[in-house]
Amino acid sequence: MTRWMLTGLMALMPALSPADETADKLFLTHCAPCHGPKGDGGRGANLAVRRLLHAPDDEALSAVIRDGIPGTQMPGTRMTAEENLALTAYVRGLANVQEAAVAGDPARGESLFWDKGRCGQCHTVGPRGGRMGPDLTEIGARRSAAYLRQSLLDPEAEVPETFAVYRRVILLPDNFLQVRVVTAEGKAVTGERLNEDAFSIQIRDYADRIYSFRKDELRELRKDWGKSPMPGYRGVFTDQELRDLIGYLSSLQGAR
Amino acid sequence: MKALAILWVTAAGLTAQVTYERIAAAGSEPDSWLTYSGDYAGHRYSALAEIHRGNVARLKPVWMYQTNDLNQFEVTPLVADGVMYISEPPSHAAALDLRTGRPLWMFRRAVPSDVHTCCGQVNRGVAILSDTVFLGTLDAHLLALDAKTGHLLWDTTVADYKAGYSITAAPLALRDKVIVGISGGEYGIRGFLDAYNPKTGKRLWRFWTVPGPGEPGHETWEGDSWKTGSAATWLTGSYDPAANLLYWGTGNPGPDYDGGPRAGDNLYAASLVALDAATGKLRWHFQFTPHDTHDWDANHVPVLLDGTLHGAARRLVAVPNRNGFYYVLDRLTGEFLVGRQYGKQNWAEGLDSRGRPILINGREPRSAGSLVYPGVHGATNWNSPSYSPDTKLLYVAVREEGTVFYRATAEYKAGNYFSAGGMRGIPGVEPTGSIQALDPLTGEKRWEFALHGPPWAGVLSTAGGLVFGGTPEGNVFVLDAASGKPLWTFQAGAAVYASPMSYRFQGRQYLAITAGRSLIVFGAE
Repeated sequence: MTRWMLTGLMALMPALSPADETADKLFLTHCAPCHGPKGDGGRGANLAVRRLLHAPDDEALSAVIRDGIPGTQMPGTRMTAEENLALTAYVRGLANVQEAAVAGDPARGESLFWDKGRCGQCHTVGPRGGRMGPDLTEIGARRSAAYLRQSLLDPEAEVPETFAVYRRVILLPDNFLQVRVVTAEGKAVTGERLNEDAFSIQIRDYADRIYSFRKDELRELRKDWGKSPMPGYRGVFTDQELRDLIGYLSSLQGAR
Repeated sequence: MKALAILWVTAAGLTAQVTYERIAAAGSEPDSWLTYSGDYAGHRYSALAEIHRGNVARLKPVWMYQTNDLNQFEVTPLVADGVMYISEPPSHAAALDLRTGRPLWMFRRAVPSDVHTCCGQVNRGVAILSDTVFLGTLDAHLLALDAKTGHLLWDTTVADYKAGYSITAAPLALRDKVIVGISGGEYGIRGFLDAYNPKTGKRLWRFWTVPGPGEPGHETWEGDSWKTGSAATWLTGSYDPAANLLYWGTGNPGPDYDGGPRAGDNLYAASLVALDAATGKLRWHFQFTPHDTHDWDANHVPVLLDGTLHGAARRLVAVPNRNGFYYVLDRLTGEFLVGRQYGKQNWAEGLDSRGRPILINGREPRSAGSLVYPGVHGATNWNSPSYSPDTKLLYVAVREEGTVFYRATAEYKAGNYFSAGGMRGIPGVEPTGSIQALDPLTGEKRWEFALHGPPWAGVLSTAGGLVFGGTPEGNVFVLDAASGKPLWTFQAGAAVYASPMSYRFQGRQYLAITAGRSLIVFGAE
């Protein structure tokens, strides 16, 4: 975008003030190298979320920007108090790129979730539900309504993969991968990868049984990248029902 | 009481001195580990054979030492005369009893709260000479400690940490000098390598890795860009005593991802420099990645070996580089002899006859992102390779991980991050890695052992026919040096971010490596 276009836009859009341009530059200099140019995660964490693990409020976020996070690779920065303030607001605003209001009725969505959709067979919300699918207790804090809609209609459109973001060390893969193994004795197991290292792999099958295999005990190990055992809900829910369900999912913000 | 005292003196004979002659002949003293890479040649090889294929299955932790700090524990310990010397994050040091791992002394450095580093507050080790231990600090000081007590003998300011300088590498002790490299390549520093008098802490020479006005190589920087040209020297180099030459890798040019303001090759960034150890003067240089824009530091431990190439017996230096290519140079002249791809890469068609990469268009960082292999952390990184004179193979921990590189602009402000862009992983592609055994004279792969995630641990080879290493998932492992077959593994519970070493104590061989906040010593008892 050229500068005159940006200036023109700024005249039209009060939200994009000159302070934002400064903050944008600060973000690109200090944050983007690790958190990605849009703040949605890189070597550092995804910042375009409504709750930041190390920065529950603006004061904490400002302190993190100033001092870094001890014991992690997040360094402190040198900037003026005004710059820090602008950057704090900017980072906080990254999550608001998502739609502010969701149209559906969360209460109706909740009953659709547990009854018609039977989503709870595989997904957990708080203490309730199955274990196969991702835990949705905080899904509203992590995913936009548009993302949720896409996942409901076309679950394999974007199966979240751990390695979509840049992290130096993966202690526990935090996204879904279906694996199929065959042991030396010919026993076949299909399920979700719980963890893996150079010498072993841990799997939960679709009957909820947990296996741990040494890789040298396996005749076959296949990884179904992009596969999801979740059925698509296109044609199952009406448009209104989808809105209600998304309204419910968006309301799931986890424990406060 | 008397018996105890005698035991202590014999077990931890603090009276001996680590002379230069002992370090130069480290290969004939395998009980000790006297310098970062085990010897000046950068071999990271142990001549001990008590642990071998036949008994490695009995390997067990003997003791552990844990830091009281959340940062990565990246040290290679030194062992001399029955005592282990380590550094700890952020800039501490300790001497440990080899029998139990209990500290004999601890030195604690108060690091200022406004010290900034790109990649964690880490330290990779100490140097020892005579009865003095040398420690570089995050606030860019070089310290000399009494090896018997840990008392501070002198404290020299190497550079101003407020301008982004820090020290993370183990110093290298020579006959009458301590060589110290500097970190800060993401902060627009001007890189250098220093030599200090081990007795007084007085600086003997400085080699600027970015040439100033009037010096050869200065013309490879546009305008004033040399002033923030980086080319840090953040990993311990190697040394050829016969030639009295130091071999040291240099880091990325600054700013990392935006080459626009620094048109030119940007010497001596992403290079290997050979310096006269007496004067610090440049003998030759070889630039692996001219005008680097992918943060492909050449901060590797150069491996010095001899061999016959192109029909002549030569003294060689070998480097598996972050950019995905393996290089062999004549170490007296810098002549390029062999270059061969060993890691996954998509940025160069190959190397020309002088070793210069033949570029593929469109691999520069862009605002929309460019997908490049190797990624920002390279096909290998600072974690050490190893050369075994028994198998005549060179072992290297290889990373297979692409990066989407973004370009932005950055304004230089002293002490601030100055990388001008960023990176992220490739959606849907799981990064991986391996341990590879290369023929050091050709770069041909002899065997490969697949890892899960890309490794941050170096490798050690031993006369017992073993290769020892670690993984980011916390596996510590031993491979058969001849075949790459796994022989033993132990889950240490946290990522391994260090290069291993070996020593002998009271007649038994031990292997040491860190994982998480722990230093773990293994023995086959």
